[in-house]
Amino acid sequence: MSAPVSRFEAPTEVEAAVALLAEEEGARVLSGGTDLLVQMRLGAGAPPLFVDVKRIPRLTAVRLDSNGLRIGAAVPAAEIYENDEIRSLWPGLAEATDLIGSTQIQGRATWSGNLCNASPAADAVPALIACGATAVVAGPKGERRVAVEDFTTGPGKTVLERGELVIEFEVPAPAVHASDAYLRLIPRTEMDIAVVGAGVALTLDAAGTVESARVVLGAVAPTAIRVPDAEAALVGSPLGDESLSAAAAASTAAANPIDDKRGTVAYRKKIAGVLTTRAAKVAYERAQAR
Amino acid sequence: MSAATDDSNRKFKQIGSRPIRHDGLDKVTGRARFGADFTLPGALQGVFVRSPYAHAKILKIDTSKAEKVPGVKAVITAEDLPELPMSWVSQGPAGVDSGANQRVILAREKALYHGHAFAAVAAATREIAVEAGRLIEVEWEVLPPVLSVDQALAEDAPILHEGQKTEGAGPPVEGDTNITNQIVFEGGDLDAGFADADLVVEGEFETPMVHQGYIEPHACLVNAREDGTSEIWCATQGPFGVKTETATLTGTDPQTIKVTPSEIGGGFGGKIPVYLEPAALALSRKAGRPVKMTMTREEVFRGTGPTSGSKMKLKLGAKSDGTLVAADLRLDFEAGCFRGSPVGAACMTTLSPYVIPNFRILGRDIVVNKPRVAAYRAPGAPIGSFAAESLLDELARKLGRDPIDLRLQNAIEEGGRAKYGPKFGPIGFKETLEAAKAHPQYKTALEGNQGRGVAAGFWFNAGMQSSATVSVNPDGSAVVRTGNPDIGGSRASMALMCAEELGIDVARVRPMVGDTDSVGHCDPTGGSRVTYATGMAVIDATRQVIDHLRARAATMLDVELDSIEWQDGNAVAVNGASDKGSIPIEDIARKMGATGGPIVASASVSPPAAGPGFGVHVCDLEVDPETGVSRVLRYLVVQDAGKAIHPTFVEGQYQGGAAQGIGWALNEEYLWDEEGKVENAGFLDYRVPVASDLPMIDTVIVEVPNPLHPYGVRGVGETPIVPPLGAVANAMRDATGVRFHRLPMSPPRVLDALEGAE
Repeated sequence: MSAPVSRFEAPTEVEAAVALLAEEEGARVLSGGTDLLVQMRLGAGAPPLFVDVKRIPRLTAVRLDSNGLRIGAAVPAAEIYENDEIRSLWPGLAEATDLIGSTQIQGRATWSGNLCNASPAADAVPALIACGATAVVAGPKGERRVAVEDFTTGPGKTVLERGELVIEFEVPAPAVHASDAYLRLIPRTEMDIAVVGAGVALTLDAAGTVESARVVLGAVAPTAIRVPDAEAALVGSPLGDESLSAAAAASTAAANPIDDKRGTVAYRKKIAGVLTTRAAKVAYERAQAR
Repeated sequence: MSAATDDSNRKFKQIGSRPIRHDGLDKVTGRARFGADFTLPGALQGVFVRSPYAHAKILKIDTSKAEKVPGVKAVITAEDLPELPMSWVSQGPAGVDSGANQRVILAREKALYHGHAFAAVAAATREIAVEAGRLIEVEWEVLPPVLSVDQALAEDAPILHEGQKTEGAGPPVEGDTNITNQIVFEGGDLDAGFADADLVVEGEFETPMVHQGYIEPHACLVNAREDGTSEIWCATQGPFGVKTETATLTGTDPQTIKVTPSEIGGGFGGKIPVYLEPAALALSRKAGRPVKMTMTREEVFRGTGPTSGSKMKLKLGAKSDGTLVAADLRLDFEAGCFRGSPVGAACMTTLSPYVIPNFRILGRDIVVNKPRVAAYRAPGAPIGSFAAESLLDELARKLGRDPIDLRLQNAIEEGGRAKYGPKFGPIGFKETLEAAKAHPQYKTALEGNQGRGVAAGFWFNAGMQSSATVSVNPDGSAVVRTGNPDIGGSRASMALMCAEELGIDVARVRPMVGDTDSVGHCDPTGGSRVTYATGMAVIDATRQVIDHLRARAATMLDVELDSIEWQDGNAVAVNGASDKGSIPIEDIARKMGATGGPIVASASVSPPAAGPGFGVHVCDLEVDPETGVSRVLRYLVVQDAGKAIHPTFVEGQYQGGAAQGIGWALNEEYLWDEEGKVENAGFLDYRVPVASDLPMIDTVIVEVPNPLHPYGVRGVGETPIVPPLGAVANAMRDATGVRFHRLPMSPPRVLDALEGAE
């Protein structure tokens, strides 16, 4: 017996990456590696093939225009939140991205990794869903677009099939009076995993009435979840105590967490409501200020 | 040497300055070599194989399949160590429970906690060793685990050790038991004391098992040579202890073992015991190759010694003017799987800062199916202090008194008796309380949801044995060598004391940490003892060097030795010989070959006592009432250092102890499932504070000289972790109106308590 040897490939084209992933069962995409390498250390074992995607130009490109953002799946978190335009258009999404891991981790970690790792507590995911983001997936049958909210199917599970990988994200440009916010609760100030996360995106009319809302919770269900009742509670009036407390109650009701070492069911449900209210207030102020 | 404070009015030139630490450049550039950085050609990788059960009899271990794995060079179990008998009576404070220590390294009759090592494998690679470990077959008889003080004391509790009786004083315990020892201190008349009290406060308190959380995992490299000698490179607080303990547990002559300590990435007491070295030595012998063992973080949490979880009950009585009159304290400490919790130290420290004429203290050492505890910074004292300082805070509230004033009123002073008997010498408790009260933070206004907490505490500090050697270089610079690994900047402190005596700039003194063959015996870097005790050996050796320098100068100037004084690095002729002038150290050193040879002196000390350190902490924190999340806004540490040799490192100890204590108070705890498996064996879910969690911790150094040290030094390393548990809890009480009796005060617990209080 000898130590298992893994193959390492770093293709420069999407098609080559797809071919590699399709050919080798158990092959894994390596972009930042901040989950993959940790899992290996925790005993998951090394995959037979690493496909490093950081040399594929399309996966590291950033394009921002009037339609919104199109960004490569291997762009690291730090490059995203340090981009002034991204910060001003989607401040909540930038915030969530800035919460992943630690400063050092953010130099490598990516949205696609955060999404494909499929942890219920992923910080970027609720924020991406709140902003209506779409993942562009490439595979043996070509490309397809999957809404981020439909991407994860359970803890560690996604819609990706063999040979497929996320290559880009599309985030639609926000309306004139629209903005977003993401808050998470952790016992520390950083380097921690969300006990609860809440992303809220609001679009207002000129008078300040909420026209549309997206409310998304993380870490309180097997996947990040939208809360339609909270969204409905926020729509149709300027943000006030009544709509906020209705939204909070809806989030508390919708949260379906587990008891674990990071929090109890009762605590998480309560915090889901608190963070919904707080994130909604921040998003509202930002939308008004635009 | 004379230990009197003959220098109390001395004007220091080097002491009190802040030179850069000698290991600093290598540490910030990543060049410093820690335990895992050593290797040798042909070294094998060794790993432990650990129990999947918290409590199980080992009926049979079959290692044959593992041994056949290509690349495996040695497999050992407890059978490969000479069996040392268990002793169910304490070996006393200076004794060593070798039977237990050996069974911590490799389980013999039973696995006593989840993660208890029962075998070790050495192989060409770590992966092969881990894989082979999985092929070791064990027949277990799984037993119900005992996971708390309450479970251990239950009438039908499973007994961890057949034959274990309760030692010590206190209420008698019949038959085999999980209580290994009972400690009692009593004074005055308890019933009369409480009868005399106008006000009584009481409470039960609970703290979880917590780990020191040093950043560097344990690591060693061991080379058992053909000639029967062995070399060990490892991260340790005490290389001499590694030598004797490794020898004892493997049946080896200690004089055949040389231990070279690496730089150390934190220890806090947890790197005094050995875990890897005896197994690595046995593996190296069996394989005929060097063996390297490095723990993973998970192994550090599962398999090394944290400090005790506890349950405590305290009742305090006071007169209406605030005078304490009675205290009844019970401390139940988890020892882990073998005797040896720090409950005795907690019994000694908890109430000793205060004058209380009538008291009873009962401490019980209780075994549970958890890792055997190890020392952790002022072992036991923070736990007891949490109970005492919480109730003093309650008393101050009920009496409408300022919490510092109430402590000042009852503070122990020189000549006062500690609860365990001896009288305190000169101590700076009142001075620290007054300095805390005078600090601007104490007057800072608080806003909504904010609170302020005060707590005090003390630690004895240790003396123990130390040696030092000082040699003079031909250019008049000097080298000072000791056997104490430098954890908190002790190299700089040794250099400062040597430079102060020699009267030369500290930059001209090079300090070094020797291996066990190159320097006289030094007890571990622990007990806040190095600057105090090893420092005394350095001062003594340096003074001997000065005597040599004076003698050489007397020869060179042709005057009597009595006519030479040592002043600021110069031998100066005095007493009627002053016309002969003076000679600087450089000139004496340059000519030492011609005047008698190299100048070297060694000294050793074994002070039976040290100067106790008192500290007072003030914590300001804010609580988010909707989430239970708290943030420390401001934090002040005031402590008596006796004399600060290197003020930056004194302040660093104050801040570091406070940071660890704040973590203990707010978030740190081992989480166990029902079967006794640790659920959070990593820094993600075992939450020590990160830098952004804490404000810059403010410090005030009070200096009330310790008469046992020539400069007045007191140890400073441990006292700073004693008050934080109480200070944070009292701040939480102030901010929320809720008294927390159980640590940690994590957000879910705080929110629960706030909702309960509504």
